[in-house]
Amino acid sequence: MALQRKTKSKIEVTFMYIFIILMFIVIGYPLVWTLMMSINPGTNMLVTKLIPDNPTLEHYIWLFTDPASDYLLWYKNSLIIAVLNSIGSVVITSLIAYAFSRYKFFGRKYGLYMFLLLQMFPALMGMVALYILLTTIGLVDSIWGLLLIYLGGQIPFNAWLVKGYYDTIPRELDEAAKIDGAGHMKIFISIMLPLAKPILAVVALFNFMSPFMDFLLPRIVLTDPNNYTLALGLYSFINDQFSTNFTRFAAGSILIAVPIALVFLALQRYLIGGLTAGATKG
Amino acid sequence: MANIDRDAKQKGTKAQNIATVLSIIPGLGQIYNRRYLKGIILFVIAVSFLITFWNFIDIGLWGIFTLGTIPREHHSIQLLIQGLMALIVLSFGLAIYAYNFIDARKDAKARAIGKPNPTIGQAVRDFYNNGFPYFLILPGLLMLLFIVVLPLIFMVALAFTDYNQYNAPPRNLLSWVGVQNFIDLVQIDIWKDTFFSVFTWTIVWTVLATTFQIVLGLILALFVNDKRIKFKRTIRTVLILPWAVPAFVSILIFSALFNPTFGAINRDILSQFDIMIPWLSDPFWAKVALIMIQTWLGFPFIFALFTGVLQSVPQDMYEAADVDGGTRWQKFRHITLPHLLFATAPLLIMQYAGNFNNFNIIYLFNEGNPAVRGQNAGGTDILISWVYKLTFETNNYNMAAAITIIMGVIVMAFAFFQFRKTSSFKEEGRY
Repeated sequence: MALQRKTKSKIEVTFMYIFIILMFIVIGYPLVWTLMMSINPGTNMLVTKLIPDNPTLEHYIWLFTDPASDYLLWYKNSLIIAVLNSIGSVVITSLIAYAFSRYKFFGRKYGLYMFLLLQMFPALMGMVALYILLTTIGLVDSIWGLLLIYLGGQIPFNAWLVKGYYDTIPRELDEAAKIDGAGHMKIFISIMLPLAKPILAVVALFNFMSPFMDFLLPRIVLTDPNNYTLALGLYSFINDQFSTNFTRFAAGSILIAVPIALVFLALQRYLIGGLTAGATKG
Repeated sequence: MANIDRDAKQKGTKAQNIATVLSIIPGLGQIYNRRYLKGIILFVIAVSFLITFWNFIDIGLWGIFTLGTIPREHHSIQLLIQGLMALIVLSFGLAIYAYNFIDARKDAKARAIGKPNPTIGQAVRDFYNNGFPYFLILPGLLMLLFIVVLPLIFMVALAFTDYNQYNAPPRNLLSWVGVQNFIDLVQIDIWKDTFFSVFTWTIVWTVLATTFQIVLGLILALFVNDKRIKFKRTIRTVLILPWAVPAFVSILIFSALFNPTFGAINRDILSQFDIMIPWLSDPFWAKVALIMIQTWLGFPFIFALFTGVLQSVPQDMYEAADVDGGTRWQKFRHITLPHLLFATAPLLIMQYAGNFNNFNIIYLFNEGNPAVRGQNAGGTDILISWVYKLTFETNNYNMAAAITIIMGVIVMAFAFFQFRKTSSFKEEGRY
């Protein structure tokens, strides 16, 4: 009987390992394939091999040195948007979330409902209007217009996330400070902000990363290749003649996927924590 | 004593009413309350508001009703946007106007019960204290209104106009057509056929792709959480990888992998079994590929989420079940699963809503293709990618907007479920 149970347990564990290894292959294959494509010589996809005969870094070198390559320019554009978006969204959302977490005011409850509702509406639904709006204020085809959309669009989700986190900070702390004569701003800066650092770091990071990953908004707003972000630029490699530039696309993708993935892996547990604290807390 | 009280109260009510009525001209009520500075400031604000925005609001409101009267000179779309902006500005103005009434009434009451008028310094401080939360949200609120809300309302408005490729400003004037676009959507053959096939595929897509994500994430979370499994950290890191790689990169990679001429799936894997599958040109196989890809992209989030929640399931519940002789299936069915679903319900609903609107994967994989005869959407187009095509490729703005409204209604249904499940609202009683 005991032996039987032991055998059964062994079979189960083996099955689980096999399943997990299978998942490893399914996850790893496309990623390894891309890596291999990026070191295949030439740009003709029909002659590429999974394990190339003469591996080469020519595509990486091409991205950085060839005069026809705009890769560094796109990197710069993405970086500018990312840094400003990151700073701006932390400032805006930390203030809004503070009001929603600590003050009672007219429209508070409906505001919260509005945030929940708006975060489900994709930006695409208002795209035509945004495009016309940006045209009227002369910010179409400019990274500043794009930045503005990002800053506005991130509010519902992040305000909700940060508000959920603020709610977990004991109210006694700011009440004590108030008794000691601290003003609204003083409480915010010297009590709330330091305690909310983890969630603000998450907001900063994800808003830093999103301009690198977003495709749709730049696609609609930006038309001049000089204003392209990385996502748009990489897409342009394969958009027209798919099979001819895929190896370059692969090299360019590896160069943004690797840093983003590393940062992401380092921080994902904060995100999960923040999401569950802000949205469920049940 | 009681008489005097009533007297004072009556006098107070009377003063309140006078202050309120006088406030029809902003500030006058406050001047009656002998709060001269405040009254003057309110009056100046009101006058400058009117001077600055009168024209804008006037043209805006006229524009939103008529959409212009002279072709080539009046641009219906700009008029429509100005009209919407005018409505927002106007509502801000009305809010300040309403505040002027409420405030005058409140101060009159304070005076009637004998409170001395505050000094200027104190008044400023009161204003700062009461207004503080509004100052905090104002910048964000303005951005939200103009960047998110205004475009959405604009889209709604477009659904009731005749704005399309052939009838576009500045050449033509637009007009309001009521619900004609919605009627066309279910009556004109090409729209009806396309709408129903795209709609059903959108529902199938949302349900299947999201459910697969959740089931796969759940199975893996349970496996990795098992006590007998080793190398947990490494396994978790690898399983989260698809989430960490930017989605547009992965989708484009898959698009290449599935490519029938050079893609590795046909060339390197399926050719071993002498199978060739037309992944991109056959609607059925394209749909299969899309669901598989989305499962690959989406399960890590669910996996990470469930892994976090699994560790918070109270162990004594399992011990109690052991004592009662519960089987493993019973423990899973009655303890683990309810706990997981209860704790994550809002986020799971969000996943469904997210896939419903998952433009990126549809567009980047195959641009919604292959084309289907007798339809103006591709075989794998979901509602949102169809809207994109209608807007940016064929300029059928009115129909795109009408479909967007239908999508909006569905999204609101998702949101409604989420409101009911989100417990953050339950503690609002603290205020």
